[in-house]
Amino acid sequence: MTDLPGSGPETSDPPPTGAGSTGEEPPSTGLFGTDVTDPFDPLAPSDHLRRRQFVSRLFTAGQTTAAALAVAVLGVVVYSVAARAASVLSIGFLTSGPPTTLNAPGGGVAPEIVGTIVIVALGAVIATPMGILIGLYLTEFAGRRSGPPIRLALDLLNGMPSILIGLFVFGLLVVGHHQSGFAASVALAIIMLPLIARGTQEVLLLVPVSLREAAQALGVSRWRTVLGVVLPAARSGILTSTVLAVARAAGETAPLIFLSTIYNPNIVSLNPFSHEGLPNIPFYIFTASEADEASGFARAWGAAFVLLAAILLANIAARALNRRSSLSR
Amino acid sequence: MIGSIRLAGPRTAGSRSRGRSADRIGDAVMYGLCLLAALLAVAAIVAIAYQMIHGASASISHFGLGFLGHATWRPNPPFESFGAATFLYGTAITSAIAMLLSVPLGISIAVYLAMVAPRRVRGVIGPLVEMLAAIPSVILGFWGIIVLAPFLQAHLEPFLHSVLGFLPFFGPTPTTGTGLFIAGLILTIMVVPIIASISRDIFLSVPRELQEGATALGATRWEVLRGVVLPISASGVAAASFLGLGRALGEAIAVTQVIGAGNAIHGSWFQTGDTLASRIADQFAGATSKLDISSLFYLGVILLAIELVANISAQLISRGFERRVAAR
Repeated sequence: MTDLPGSGPETSDPPPTGAGSTGEEPPSTGLFGTDVTDPFDPLAPSDHLRRRQFVSRLFTAGQTTAAALAVAVLGVVVYSVAARAASVLSIGFLTSGPPTTLNAPGGGVAPEIVGTIVIVALGAVIATPMGILIGLYLTEFAGRRSGPPIRLALDLLNGMPSILIGLFVFGLLVVGHHQSGFAASVALAIIMLPLIARGTQEVLLLVPVSLREAAQALGVSRWRTVLGVVLPAARSGILTSTVLAVARAAGETAPLIFLSTIYNPNIVSLNPFSHEGLPNIPFYIFTASEADEASGFARAWGAAFVLLAAILLANIAARALNRRSSLSR
Repeated sequence: MIGSIRLAGPRTAGSRSRGRSADRIGDAVMYGLCLLAALLAVAAIVAIAYQMIHGASASISHFGLGFLGHATWRPNPPFESFGAATFLYGTAITSAIAMLLSVPLGISIAVYLAMVAPRRVRGVIGPLVEMLAAIPSVILGFWGIIVLAPFLQAHLEPFLHSVLGFLPFFGPTPTTGTGLFIAGLILTIMVVPIIASISRDIFLSVPRELQEGATALGATRWEVLRGVVLPISASGVAAASFLGLGRALGEAIAVTQVIGAGNAIHGSWFQTGDTLASRIADQFAGATSKLDISSLFYLGVILLAIELVANISAQLISRGFERRVAAR
């Protein structure tokens, strides 16, 4: 890769650095040297300084290139998905099931969209209250001793590979029973939980202590303070982290390939507790990508576009929400 | 906040004692619920570890630690021979490629966002880099097979082979673009935004006066970075890198899609392979025999152990960083 620090192009023009300016005056011996007659003359850099500035610019150029590369990769991925999805995208793609004959073009992913929404929504319903309670515990109740282990557990849960969470829920809910949308929701809830808990904790820490003290001074009990003062003040921050957690979980595929793969792809199912899994977009894309079949590819790109658009929009919405709340604070 | 004033409103004398006991119960209930939820998070970690070891017990007792050094994986009944060496190798190589690329890239982006970019540009580029992390792995993997693999196979891999072919890992280009190398690149795309966004926050937390002081003494931007910002933030950046490593080690889906599910150890990065996580993702649904399933759980146990080491290292390092910043 050509954008490692030090190997970037030398053509960028960073803003001037602190020491001296690059005038065209002949080099002087120094700030207090005898050659300098007018202290207000622009200082000309020595060879040594020029080399230092060159090195600095080189690295700045490399850093700029790296940032541009990351944005370019995002652009290329989004463009690839959008361009390949364009041929299948239509209202019918969102509202109809798969084509009646195998390998035929046309058809849509409505059952998968509905199934994904059900799985993710149920996961959020499980994870959000628990995440908020854990965040509350960490900020309002935990002492010096009890806080760190809980935080460590959350961080470990956050770093847990989703495939292992899938195996765990498989052993917990599927072995001896059957696949279900509910099992998938539980797995996604485990993925969302640390994100919501840590996000809640961070915004709760931002709630001014003076608000809590004011409530205390008025004789308000702790739980009423939490429900009436602390949580409302942190509302939009909690909502932001929940939206981000949902966006993260919606694209998770690894747990679903054990938990919600056996289903009837022709039926829009709303019941996460039925005796089989729910159709879902991530597994749909995964199977299509492993298969060798052009019409399936087209629908998979369409499904990928729908999922990606939803996730990126959720991210933008969460960011806007966060900005508004931090402005009003 | 208006609601709080209403809640805090004066009570009549008669309801006071009733209110007190209700408050006591309310406090206890809230504390109990919060504690329960917090303990459930701890229990989840323990339960996951138990479930892995329980699922792997048959394979652990059958193969023992020799499983780690054994490189065959033949689930068919006459053989039933399982070993993790191929996947340990694949995991190590793909994660190494990802870290070699994403640590310098991620830090560079973080420096750009924290020190180089004008405020308004930073407000646009920063979120875009974070959105790179929001792309679902299954979509990134799909893009990897359809778009990136043909490109690598046609251009980048032959180029690397012709320039750096004397190194064994840049071997001749095989017929497909799938393999360890593309898996490392896809992981790089997933890890860079993690390292970049955490490092940026750390760089921004470096005291401004120190940087301005160095600048006033005539240091160039690079010298401020080298001499002031990096020494203070080194352990924080290392922690961010370990978090990124944890992500790279454990990613299953995108790697499964692009790595080619190879069963042998190849010296060349352009050949196929498999990682611990991708082998589980690839074969768990099709596993039939008890030993096969149990061996896949055994891979899960190994992965869990590696992940715990990576994540706890990250925590320990960042604790040290926080303590140092607090002491300053």
